[in-house]
Amino acid sequence: MTLALAVDISLTLLVLAVAGWIIAVRDTFAAVIGFVAYGLLLALIWVRLAAPDVALTEAAIGGGLTGALLIGAAGRLRKTEAATRAEYPGVLIRTLAAILAVTVTAALAVGVLALPDPAPTLAPAAVASLATTGVGNPVTAVLLAFRSMDTLLEAIVVLLALLGVWSLAPDRAWGGYPGPRHHADPDGILAYLARLLPPIGIIVGLYIFWIGADLPGGKFQGATILAAMWLLVIEAGLADTPPISRTWLRVLLVTGPLVFIAIGFAGSITAGAVLAYPEGYAKPLIIAIEIALMPTLVLTLALLVAGAPQRMPPQ
Amino acid sequence: MSLVLDIFTIVAVLAGAFFFLAGTVGLLRFPDTLTRLHALTKADNLGLGLVVMGLLPQAEWPFDAIKLIAIWLFTLLAGATVGQLMALAARRGQPTP
Repeated sequence: MTLALAVDISLTLLVLAVAGWIIAVRDTFAAVIGFVAYGLLLALIWVRLAAPDVALTEAAIGGGLTGALLIGAAGRLRKTEAATRAEYPGVLIRTLAAILAVTVTAALAVGVLALPDPAPTLAPAAVASLATTGVGNPVTAVLLAFRSMDTLLEAIVVLLALLGVWSLAPDRAWGGYPGPRHHADPDGILAYLARLLPPIGIIVGLYIFWIGADLPGGKFQGATILAAMWLLVIEAGLADTPPISRTWLRVLLVTGPLVFIAIGFAGSITAGAVLAYPEGYAKPLIIAIEIALMPTLVLTLALLVAGAPQRMPPQ
Repeated sequence: MSLVLDIFTIVAVLAGAFFFLAGTVGLLRFPDTLTRLHALTKADNLGLGLVVMGLLPQAEWPFDAIKLIAIWLFTLLAGATVGQLMALAARRGQPTP
């Protein structure tokens, strides 16, 4: 028990040290690498808190996907980084920012420490109603039955984020291919990995998606792995990103949220409330929503990393 | 029998931890990128291999054991690939994107 406590304490100190280093370090690229390590350490902490669902999401989205996005951003900013350093904010602004950040952190800490013991929880209620949904993983039941409005908005938000990225395209490239065309040595190690890994990664991604009904896992984590496999093939130059004007791409991007909304509104007729499921049909409907959301999420997450369109569409 | 297996686990995991320590010291002390990469990938390959080998007698056969071995194989693959890519970028004399 004391050994576990020692591990927990050193893990916490390590996370705090990495967080401090990310803020203190001047080089953007170094800060991004620190952020990825921070995400992985945070995932370990979630495992120690017996929250494997959150840990999987943190590792996949927080460390992996956000890390990839930030590495891309840092690469783009590299050219202008020296110029922006001259416009570094003055002492007053930095002090104000530090005071604001410390106040927020302190308020959060007070909020967490002021919770009564035991903390108020809806977990027993969620587990007690688990049987009505037909799924075995209480986290999935919360995300897709008890609080499905949050998940619906989440799926729409990532789509809006993708539209935001696309809107950065120059006029001449609108409708064209996102990101640069990658060229790697076809006999090189990257092309080799991009041929070897995707079959395994696709199975692992689909497994994590499917097992989410009963065990930790789910569509976001599975979709991240599938998106990573697709990006690997793209980065190795074995395939290209699809032009964003393609009809199949746009149809798949809106299918997930549309199916979710349609089933949600159908609930107001069949079950008496928006986003409610008629009795006995909860599990098939949840699976239908998840299957419809899966391609949307894979495409959205991968294309978010691929970036804004920058090459002309084919004539 | 279980005592022998426990001792095997302790010895193998300690040996693995030693390789991680040696790899970290190498990462900090070696003079250039290529030798530092060498130290890092050796720590991953040998260190994690020994840790996994040590944990095998404690893991449930067959699925947990196979998962452990799969994790080691994936780390080998990732370490070898990333090591090559970083070495290539270092030789071109440009920072990795």
